[in-house]
Amino acid sequence: MDFGFSSEQEELRQSLRTLLARECDMGRVRAALDGRVAFDEPLWRALAEFGAMGVAIPEEYGGLGLGLLELCVIAEELGRAVAPVPFSSAVYLYAQLVLAFGSERQRRDRLPQIAAGREIGTCPADALMSPDRTSLRVSRGRLTGRVPMAHDGLVADWAVLPALDEEGRLGLYLARLSGPGAAREPLASIDPTRTCASLVFTDCEVERLGDGVEMPDLSRVVDTAAVLLAFEQLGGAERALEAGCDYARQRVAFGRQIGSFQAIKHMLANMYVAKTLARSNAYYGAWAMATGHGELPVAAATARVSATQAFQECAMNAIQVHGGVGFTWDYDCHVFFRRSNALALVLGPLSTWESLLVERLRDGARTGDA
Amino acid sequence: MDFSDTPAEAAFRAEARRWIAANAPSQHRVALERSSFGVLRVGGDEAEKLAICRDWQRRKFEGGWACLHWPSEYGGRDAGPVERLIWEQEEGVYGKLGERFVIGQGMIGPTLMAHGSPAHKRRHLVPMASGEEIWCQLFSEPAAGSDLAGIRTRCERTAGGWRVNGQKVWTSGAHYSDWGLMLARTDPSVPKHRGLSMFIVNMRSPGVEIRPIRQMSGQSGFNQVFFTDVFIPDEDMLGASGDGWSIALTTLMNERQAVSSSMTTGFDDIFDFCLRFDWRGGKAIDDPVVRSKLATWAARTSGLRFTAMRTISSAARGEVPGPENSILKLVAGMTMQEIAKFALDLQGAAGMVASPEFAEEEGKFQLMLLRSPGMRVEGGTDEIQRNILAERVLGMPPDHRVDKDVSFAALMQAAGDAARRS
Ligand SMILES: Cc1cc2nc3c(=O)[nH]c(=O)nc-3n(C[C@H](O)[C@H](O)[C@H](O)COP(=O)(O)OP(=O)(O)OC[C@H]3O[C@@H](n4cnc5c(N)ncnc54)[C@H](O)[C@@H]3O)c2cc1C
Repeated sequence: MDFGFSSEQEELRQSLRTLLARECDMGRVRAALDGRVAFDEPLWRALAEFGAMGVAIPEEYGGLGLGLLELCVIAEELGRAVAPVPFSSAVYLYAQLVLAFGSERQRRDRLPQIAAGREIGTCPADALMSPDRTSLRVSRGRLTGRVPMAHDGLVADWAVLPALDEEGRLGLYLARLSGPGAAREPLASIDPTRTCASLVFTDCEVERLGDGVEMPDLSRVVDTAAVLLAFEQLGGAERALEAGCDYARQRVAFGRQIGSFQAIKHMLANMYVAKTLARSNAYYGAWAMATGHGELPVAAATARVSATQAFQECAMNAIQVHGGVGFTWDYDCHVFFRRSNALALVLGPLSTWESLLVERLRDGARTGDA
Repeated sequence: MDFSDTPAEAAFRAEARRWIAANAPSQHRVALERSSFGVLRVGGDEAEKLAICRDWQRRKFEGGWACLHWPSEYGGRDAGPVERLIWEQEEGVYGKLGERFVIGQGMIGPTLMAHGSPAHKRRHLVPMASGEEIWCQLFSEPAAGSDLAGIRTRCERTAGGWRVNGQKVWTSGAHYSDWGLMLARTDPSVPKHRGLSMFIVNMRSPGVEIRPIRQMSGQSGFNQVFFTDVFIPDEDMLGASGDGWSIALTTLMNERQAVSSSMTTGFDDIFDFCLRFDWRGGKAIDDPVVRSKLATWAARTSGLRFTAMRTISSAARGEVPGPENSILKLVAGMTMQEIAKFALDLQGAAGMVASPEFAEEEGKFQLMLLRSPGMRVEGGTDEIQRNILAERVLGMPPDHRVDKDVSFAALMQAAGDAARRS
């Protein structure tokens, strides 16, 4: 038994943190926040060079073939940095879907592009969480309809989408967003460091994802994404807590550091508690995911619920600790706050995961007794 | 990241499981499963309960399964933190029979190992491990709980030892304990943390008087203990005169760990209840509001479990567990209170019924409601735990203090003046 990352994984963390310190300081995040860029392309290239997109993609498809635990470490660091890149959509969702359900040709065509950072993909949250409610239609290989909201939809080249064919059968399709028949309409987001768009398809040529005719079960991809997002949220929570602690030590009121007031101390302690529980649950999810353990459904839902709550609490209270400056555009508190509230929604909201967690506990193993 | 057993761990688990299957008091299994926090449903009166607990402890000791992580010369097994965890998982409900030994084995044993003389260790550790002798913690006093260094119980020099006068309070298990670890003041002329010393007290000594206190739950788990001219021989001082505070910190650090490994939130109880309980035309568990609460408690309970395991992993890597452990009791206490309150809410007016014959689940949640407030106080209150996390983990400045560098005698004088003025 060992409930932690290996020393190699910790080294990976350190080198990525160094890269992000150079390539993703708050100035760079703010370029996206202020709408000067849609996403940080130099950072995207640096991450590709580092191998971040390909860690969990097998070598035969152009990746590093390391594993999902390494991807957890990367997710946590990107979360810490509030990186303005479409990493979660491209890597946890799109790439995992192509890897899990794509045909051999599709994997060979698409995955090396993702691993090299040459293409970006996405999959809308609703499409993953409730594919059967899709309003998209496919007829003779052409897709028509509208996706109201796709995270990172403005910058993605590809999307995986569920649609009904002429006979009303549900299937997953691979759609090129930059080709004919596809259009996107930008949407303002609560978190402008990541884009949102509506996707509109009119007789857009698409291909079925995979060779099969059955609609695949998405739950494993959903659970994997939930664990990886939990690590991003955890990274964000930790950074927001650190920002709160730093300010509490510097700021003086009534002749003392505000961190010496118990109301502030206890708020910070509660943030620490939420973040620590989230970390432990994320590790549980990481283990279940990496080993393909039968507890993954419970572990993933637990990790997602815990991390969503922790990041939201830490980001919200980091503002409170800062007082008035916390409410300004110039201080970074709102960057965390925005991201915490966006990440809570990118893969089904908290209420959905709460319900899933309880259903899964009811239907299967309890919190994982050995 | 590997939550499963290595081959050696699996072998150890199999061995533990075999031994437990052959030796555990399975006739009590059902009663133990029905026991919830603070309520042991085995045996009739307190004496019978204690005998059952002692019996299991002695059997474990004889089989080499008591205090696994202790050195074998003191009755342990020299086991590592992971083996200890495996044992706890395998012992399962029978672990509830160990509650009365936790203060000794979990807190005082490690204190003796760190600060006791060779003679102390030889004399006390083995009977502590076997359950033959039970210990209590004589720290808190009427005027000193959170502010533990403010204790007033006095130890004065006398021929061949010390004479104690004073009063302790909230002493869990004093009524069935053989020995106590007592923090007392040996020098009031210096600032309060400096004039303290630690003693081993024979609870049967002349002049020790134990009076049970009735708790709000109706039970009497703790006591007042009065000392009138009680004699303690020189050799029963732990460490040197004036070392009391630093020794007490060892005990308190171990307290956080000892209570945390057996931490329960009541989640399994409320979850099973919601599965079965008819509510608003369905089962309670089908309601979204219920689900939202259950999910939060599930995530906290799981988070506590894996936080404890992460601590064990760090310990196995040789890291010394620090104040981070404060979160375990903090979260468990708060969660248990919420759970008890919600279980009663689901029951409506019937939630008021406490009599086991009529109440849902034999009144388990009513008992939980009335026991859980104590959890947020014992072993350091919620507020003290948060102070510890903020100051020692997050590096916040210490509290503003007016009692530093003032002799204890002067503090007492000032406290008396303030009380008279108000
Ligand atoms: C069930 C139970 C079993 C116990 N068993 C034992 C035992 O076996 N041996 C033993 O020695 N003791 C025992 N105790 C005592 C326990 O450790 C104390 O009750 C506890 O430390 C609080 O001290 P107090 O009761 O004096 O409360 P106080 O210290 O007077 O606290 C009153 C309130 O003030 C708050 N407060 C105090 N100081 C601060 C501060 N610095 N910052 C913020 N808030 C503060 C507290 O959080 C609390 O809310 C037990 C208590 C309980 C409830």
